[in-house]
Amino acid sequence: MSATSYTIVNLPDQRTATIPKRNYLNNEDGLLSWLFTGDHKRIAILYLISITFFFFIGGAFAGLIRLELLTPQPDLVASDTYNKFFSMHGIVMIFLFLVPSVPATLGNFLIPIMLGAKDLAFPKVNLLSWYLYWIGGLFTLAALVLGGVDTGWTFTTPLSTHYLNTHVVTAATGVFIIGFSSIFTGLNFIVTIHRMRAPGMTWFRMPLFCWSNYAASILMVLGTPVLAITLVLVALERLVGIGVFDPTKGGDPLLFQHLFWFYSHPAVYIMILPGMGVISEVISTFSRKRVFGYTAVAFSSVAIALFGFFVWAHHMFIMGVSNYSALVFSLLTMLVAVPSAIKIFNWAFTLQKGSITFETPMLYAFGFLGLFTIGGMTGVFLGALGMDIHLTETYFIVAHFHFVMVGGMLMAFLAGIHFWWPKMTGRMYPESLSKLAAVTTFIGFNLTFLPQFILGYLGMPRRYHAYPPEFQVLNVLSTAGATVLGVGYMLPLLYLGWSLKYGAIAGNNPWQATGLEWQIQSPPLTENFIETPVVDHEAYDYEWLAHKTAQEVTTVG
Amino acid sequence: MDNAIVATHPHTHETAVAAEHEHIVLPQHRHHFETKEQQREAATFGMWLFLLTEIMFFGGLFFAYLLYRNWYHDAFVVSSNQLSIPLGAANTAILITSGFFMALGVWAAEVQKKGLLVLFLVLTTFFGVAFLGIKAVEYHEKWEKHHIPGAHFDVSEFINPQAYGLKEKPLAPDMAQKTQVFFFLYFAMTGMHAFHMILGVGLLFWLTWRANRGEFSSGYVAPIENFGLYWHFVDIVWLFLFPLLYLINRHPGS
Ligand code: HEM
Ligand SMILES: [Cu+2]
Repeated sequence: MSATSYTIVNLPDQRTATIPKRNYLNNEDGLLSWLFTGDHKRIAILYLISITFFFFIGGAFAGLIRLELLTPQPDLVASDTYNKFFSMHGIVMIFLFLVPSVPATLGNFLIPIMLGAKDLAFPKVNLLSWYLYWIGGLFTLAALVLGGVDTGWTFTTPLSTHYLNTHVVTAATGVFIIGFSSIFTGLNFIVTIHRMRAPGMTWFRMPLFCWSNYAASILMVLGTPVLAITLVLVALERLVGIGVFDPTKGGDPLLFQHLFWFYSHPAVYIMILPGMGVISEVISTFSRKRVFGYTAVAFSSVAIALFGFFVWAHHMFIMGVSNYSALVFSLLTMLVAVPSAIKIFNWAFTLQKGSITFETPMLYAFGFLGLFTIGGMTGVFLGALGMDIHLTETYFIVAHFHFVMVGGMLMAFLAGIHFWWPKMTGRMYPESLSKLAAVTTFIGFNLTFLPQFILGYLGMPRRYHAYPPEFQVLNVLSTAGATVLGVGYMLPLLYLGWSLKYGAIAGNNPWQATGLEWQIQSPPLTENFIETPVVDHEAYDYEWLAHKTAQEVTTVG
Repeated sequence: MDNAIVATHPHTHETAVAAEHEHIVLPQHRHHFETKEQQREAATFGMWLFLLTEIMFFGGLFFAYLLYRNWYHDAFVVSSNQLSIPLGAANTAILITSGFFMALGVWAAEVQKKGLLVLFLVLTTFFGVAFLGIKAVEYHEKWEKHHIPGAHFDVSEFINPQAYGLKEKPLAPDMAQKTQVFFFLYFAMTGMHAFHMILGVGLLFWLTWRANRGEFSSGYVAPIENFGLYWHFVDIVWLFLFPLLYLINRHPGS
């Protein structure tokens, strides 16, 4: 299908040059109407605000870490304070930002609409999971205020159960509660996708965003309980002083490793899959083509989810799993790269011969492609047994996971926010500024984390607050990059905030995209659709869009 | 475009004929479902998924148990002989009975017999509470025998069983230490199970109250059905715990 004849009209829809008089934002007034809402869109907004808040807290700690590493001497803080910094940075970024990021905000907002439903299957459970998020978040902050945690985000035993006198129990309780928030979100998505699709919305007409969130939900539902019980055991062990994990009392720390990574490796995909979904939507829209190999991309999400459960032990190569099982896990790890590669190639084929335009979301998506590819390939290095033993616990690891998670997921998150902002708020943001932000982020990111690959390769260990002087140049570069990156993250906060009041009216479908969400008004009605839509076309069918009459627009939205 | 036809009140198709009869508003059909059937299916599916997460949750504990049982076999055998089979067996019988009444309760809701439903829910609750009572007796016994891991756990009885009138093989001191691991897991697993029972009993009170108001006597049975699934799940967990903790590897003479 060639699609060159369509252009992107980045202009308000003439028929709705004002914000619709009634929409989900103004349907009811007052703080309480938000705090007790059952509307998936409002809950998404609540999450967006909360997650942004925690992101900047985690970011502040990143800043402090980088500041300390500006010089080889430990001059800013003592080593245990430094440990608390990176632990807090990790815990906040992983559990309070990355895991919920796309699902809880964009997923909540979009999945029901994309399926043609009025809401998620369990609106009250959805609200509950937002409250759980905050209760867990407050526990985590309490742990910080009371004196911090210094185990790293992994709560590794016996460090966490025995040797350190910090607020492990408080922080673990926080993470436990946040875990249930994520379980409930996943459960809600799965049931909604199975049971609430509009007539004609078959599995293979679903947008890929739904598929990828579906896959991530499977991981949340199956993996998170294992993390939860592990943390219960850590907390109990610490409180009662008994050894399930503590070797001096007959426990085995390796058991902790198994249980923890059984969750935490799949968790990496919880963090990245929803982002991949965003990228599929954005790339399709701005190259005006159906995603190449739609079915393969859809299934690869599920494949990643399932394989993800079989590779956890690659985190334990240096901890004494047997050589034989290390080999098996190494091979399995390579295997899980295959579905990811399928996605990358399919996006590339989608772009090929598409009529590409570089709107802001597309810039972020390109950032994602570049950075995620680097992150993924270095991951394959690490999966290779011999390499891993050399590079584990060095800055190479730090660079690797920041490329995947920050370069990947955060770019995807920003791509998604910019893509759906007009739908969520009814307004556009200033284009030149947003493009500037995308470029700044990209440059800042590379400046921050490329030097860390080299540092790691040269042997600088992670989690130390002092280092040999010959590493200083690279560290200074990295800190400078972090500053640029920080600016790149602040900018959207400013202009998106500004746009809420002053942005141009977006209209229903500023990008001329095909998803159901673009066929209704922006911002949507509380019930999303006036009448339940009947879906009669594939996802990303630009022909269908071109032929759709104004009449049809009103019936759906 | 004109959106006025979309009602500002979200409960467009909410009608509950039975409810009007009894002058109470029943939350039977929520606005975002197309049909009651869809709502019921979603609720059941959601419940099954939730139970799946519960399986994974308990799975972590079972994994730990199996691992340590293999490593510290002798300590686990000796410790498991300290549990009371009669009490455990009584509990098993009681729990199965309560599960039986729960199943009858679901049936009563389906055939819309309010009186029977309330009766069966009350019986379920009664046996659930009895189970917890016996558990409390057992925990108390562990306390008296210094088998509660942590502060005042005492291994001397396992190192020198004869002095305590036990017929067990004596354990080497470091193996004797491992009995703590057994008891820790015993408390973690039965405690987690008991916690689920307590939640269940709380829910039973609430459901009984609602059943008594007649909420489930008009064809709306999803809450009862789904609670039934939960209750049976909790039963089944116990059916694994009982043999694993109490029965396995009993040897003659103990
Ligand atoms: C301005 C951007 C950031 C900078 C400069 C930065 C820097 C760092 C540094 C220096 C470490 C410590 C490594 C060590 O000593 O082992 C670290 C750890 C970590 N970072 Fe970041 N980071 C940034 C953003 C993020 C983001 C956005 C996330 C997640 C969304 C993230 C997730 C993590 C995690 C999970 C750890 C591991 C913490 C631990 O070892 O417990 N970082 N980061
Ligand atoms: Cu992994």
